[in-house]
Amino acid sequence: MNISAQPEQGLRSIPALLARNAVTYGIRPAYREKEFGIWQAWTWKEAQDEIRALALGFLALGLNRGDYVAIVGRNRPAHYWSMVAAQMCGAIPVPLYQDAVASEMGYVLGHSGARFVVCGDQEQVDKIIEAEEIIGAEGQAPTLEQIIYTDKRGMRKYDHSRMNALAHVQDEGRAAQQRLGGELDARIAELDYDSTCVMLYTSGTTGKPKGVVLSNRNIIETARNSSAFDGLRPTDDVLAYLPMAWVGDFIFSVGQAYWTGFCVNCPESPETMMTDMREIGPTYFFAPPRVFEGQLTSVMIRMEDAGRVKKWLFDHYMAVARRVGPALLDGRPVGLLDRLRYWAGRLFVYGPLKNTLGFSRIRVGYTAGEAIGPEIFDFYRSLGINLKQLYGQTEASVFITQQPDGQVRSDTVGVPSPGVEVRIADNGEVFYRGPGTFVEYYKNADSTASTKDAEGWVATGDAGFFEDGTGHLRIIDRAKDVGKMADGSMFAPKYVENKLKFYPNVLEAVVIGNGRDYCTALINIDLNAVGNWAERNNIAYASYQELAGHPQVYATIKSHIEEVNASVAQDEMLAGCQIHRFLVLHKELDADDGEMTRTRKVKRGVISDKYADLIQALYDGRDSVYTETEVTYEDGRKGKLKATVRIEDARVFPPAQPAMIQKVAAE
Amino acid sequence: MTMQDSHSLAPGRHSARTTTPGPVDQGADVQPYVTADGRRIGGVLMDLRNITLRFGGVEAIKNISFDIREGEIRAIIGPNGAGKSSMLNVISGFYVPQEGEVWFKGFRRGPMRPYQVARLGIARTFQNIALFDGMTVLDNIMTGRLTMMKSNMLQQALWWGTAEREEIAHREKVEKIIDFLEIQNIRKTPVGRLPYGLKKRVELARALAAEPGLLLLDEPMAGMNVEEKEDMSRFILDVNDEFGTTIALIEHDMGVVMDLSDRVVVMDYGRKIGDGTPDEVRNNQAVIDAYLGVAHD
Repeated sequence: MNISAQPEQGLRSIPALLARNAVTYGIRPAYREKEFGIWQAWTWKEAQDEIRALALGFLALGLNRGDYVAIVGRNRPAHYWSMVAAQMCGAIPVPLYQDAVASEMGYVLGHSGARFVVCGDQEQVDKIIEAEEIIGAEGQAPTLEQIIYTDKRGMRKYDHSRMNALAHVQDEGRAAQQRLGGELDARIAELDYDSTCVMLYTSGTTGKPKGVVLSNRNIIETARNSSAFDGLRPTDDVLAYLPMAWVGDFIFSVGQAYWTGFCVNCPESPETMMTDMREIGPTYFFAPPRVFEGQLTSVMIRMEDAGRVKKWLFDHYMAVARRVGPALLDGRPVGLLDRLRYWAGRLFVYGPLKNTLGFSRIRVGYTAGEAIGPEIFDFYRSLGINLKQLYGQTEASVFITQQPDGQVRSDTVGVPSPGVEVRIADNGEVFYRGPGTFVEYYKNADSTASTKDAEGWVATGDAGFFEDGTGHLRIIDRAKDVGKMADGSMFAPKYVENKLKFYPNVLEAVVIGNGRDYCTALINIDLNAVGNWAERNNIAYASYQELAGHPQVYATIKSHIEEVNASVAQDEMLAGCQIHRFLVLHKELDADDGEMTRTRKVKRGVISDKYADLIQALYDGRDSVYTETEVTYEDGRKGKLKATVRIEDARVFPPAQPAMIQKVAAE
Repeated sequence: MTMQDSHSLAPGRHSARTTTPGPVDQGADVQPYVTADGRRIGGVLMDLRNITLRFGGVEAIKNISFDIREGEIRAIIGPNGAGKSSMLNVISGFYVPQEGEVWFKGFRRGPMRPYQVARLGIARTFQNIALFDGMTVLDNIMTGRLTMMKSNMLQQALWWGTAEREEIAHREKVEKIIDFLEIQNIRKTPVGRLPYGLKKRVELARALAAEPGLLLLDEPMAGMNVEEKEDMSRFILDVNDEFGTTIALIEHDMGVVMDLSDRVVVMDYGRKIGDGTPDEVRNNQAVIDAYLGVAHD
């Protein structure tokens, strides 16, 4: 069914799409959620009724046009309904990161001036109340008037003078259908392409989060183009498990879902995500690299523990898969013998493995958010999973470039998405403009002006270049992260970090070297992988810190770094980025400590300040350093972590050969 | 909430054989009241009068009297060997005291078999976890509902008629408890593979599956770390708040006891040395002496 051929007249808002879906796909499932151990489903018709009831309830509570409705909770149908219901009322949904601490929420609540908040459960309500106090203490006038919560548990004791259960709001809405139905229809009819669809706060690797305003045009055009690009169908299934505050989730679980009419499946709880994914078997899947890394790590850990026969089967057929899998997926010619081998491999290894991972039915998979290690990428491709890369950001409604089927490589991010223009500035920075280009940063004209020029070109902040011949875009690094070493050679930390992160033992790596004589690295071990290894080797440890400082762990990490150095030495442009000295951090980098964004991107500025003493020791030749680090517990309390961290040298390799200097894109 | 509605079904089906009807004597202070946080505390649910329990020549409990009121969280504390667990076993009917009377819901209780206790609406967890290690979490919790199943063995073996309907209804109840205690992710995991803190939670789930009117917890937080203790405290409060379940618990962690309970009984060497609100108990000189020790001249 080719939906993009349908007339677009009237389909200019999410509520309008909902109305169409309720008619066209009335009995097809729109939402599923696992609750009480069973998948509960809502058809498009039922979803429309639920959303309408909620919107009427919002009206009854006094939601006005142009109000902001904050939504904070895990992926649940009711929370998606809240967003669409808010739109119906002419209000603007603002999904927040549910794991944000109260002060972060306070900032966003104060900045957006939200009057209504929809909370998932008691925990979120508590945080919102605390955030309100923080806003109050800063002297801002309180704007919050209504708190609506989904899960009633533990809420009995709260002051309900301005609090309601979501189900009760819906009940009131149903009762008010006669009285407010006309008003609601009028407000829905007012929505057009230029009305605001959603406001999303960027996670912000630097500075305060910014509210990115996206219009219906941004979302619907992007959803239409990208759905057509990958041939999405109403029969597709996605698993909604990524933070609702993230633009990707909004595009996939709202934009594309409403445009195409496919079903959004919500897991029972974050911990059951893997089981739920196996049960649903999504056909269209989206994940940041860390999810794929995590899955690969858990597969590798389990294979370490497997019996000898299984291990041999796995190793043998994975070698076959690596050789022929990607070629088969891209439709390139493969010999008969290899086809037979691959077929046997599918029987013994790939099929069961894909089933375990929940990838049995997958047609299209995307990874984005940051660069994925080529080895990880190839692993999934070789299993026959059509995993592709895209490059995007909140300001573009996700899509800037993406890889067409059959032209997938781990080192590029694809060709410009349909309707999007991309150009490379003289300094190597990537610019784009297209239908998804954001309207503005909310209450921040300066930032809007410095990011988006008068002609609509937006600076991505990333450095990259178009590859000759294929026209694919290659991203080198964040433009501001790419620097120069003291001797003038290029420094691109991400490139090296991604290589390091391929090793299951390495969870996170931060490479330092801008303006320095040589590169060094801070390493975070993966407690799952290293803990498993320690268990098998009878190495006792009492804490993360103790394990991280274990001499054998150091030896392992050192060998990983030396392998990476050898591989980096092959690249004439980046041979200078080999790691000379390293240390294993005594704590995990954590968003609660401000060291990472909520989407788990490393904040380099914070790290170089916070760990200045460690970094200094990396460069002054000491072989250990004593440090005290402030940590924030889950409940917001702070404590101090004391440790003596060891520093070791790693072997470096001579560069492959000083070939002719190519044009460096990020000069 | 369906769970709450169904809740009223469970307790109260006492057997005439095990109890002797008689009037409840209303003590001085049994007027129902509402606590500061809005919970309703009702009349006396269980009244223990002059209980003495002996093992041979050893007097584990010496002439103790106290009551448990409907809807409250009642803690029993005391140093090691004070007789707390014995007291809990008297409450549960596992031990029959040589002297004294146990009154439950206005009736004097005689010796009982375990299933009769369960039918009275009393459920418990154990100090040393007593789950079926080889069975999944789900199956373990389902055992909590065994006393309520009516289909016979043949029907169950054939999975036919009543058996099927019954199991579905019970499974629904169990799923709601799983949801309540947030253990969805281990539903199908054999209990033997779980860490200690989670096993404790599964035990609580199984006890809740019996929809008890009186829930007995024997050291629910023993051996837990701070985070696990906080979780468990929250669950205990939520159970009490959402289902109105009366809870009697033994606990060593004084911080937890003082935060959780409405009233505390303090035992030492089989005697009751204090009884009252956490504040009263905290300032009771006998209690302080028992816990901190006293100089013997």
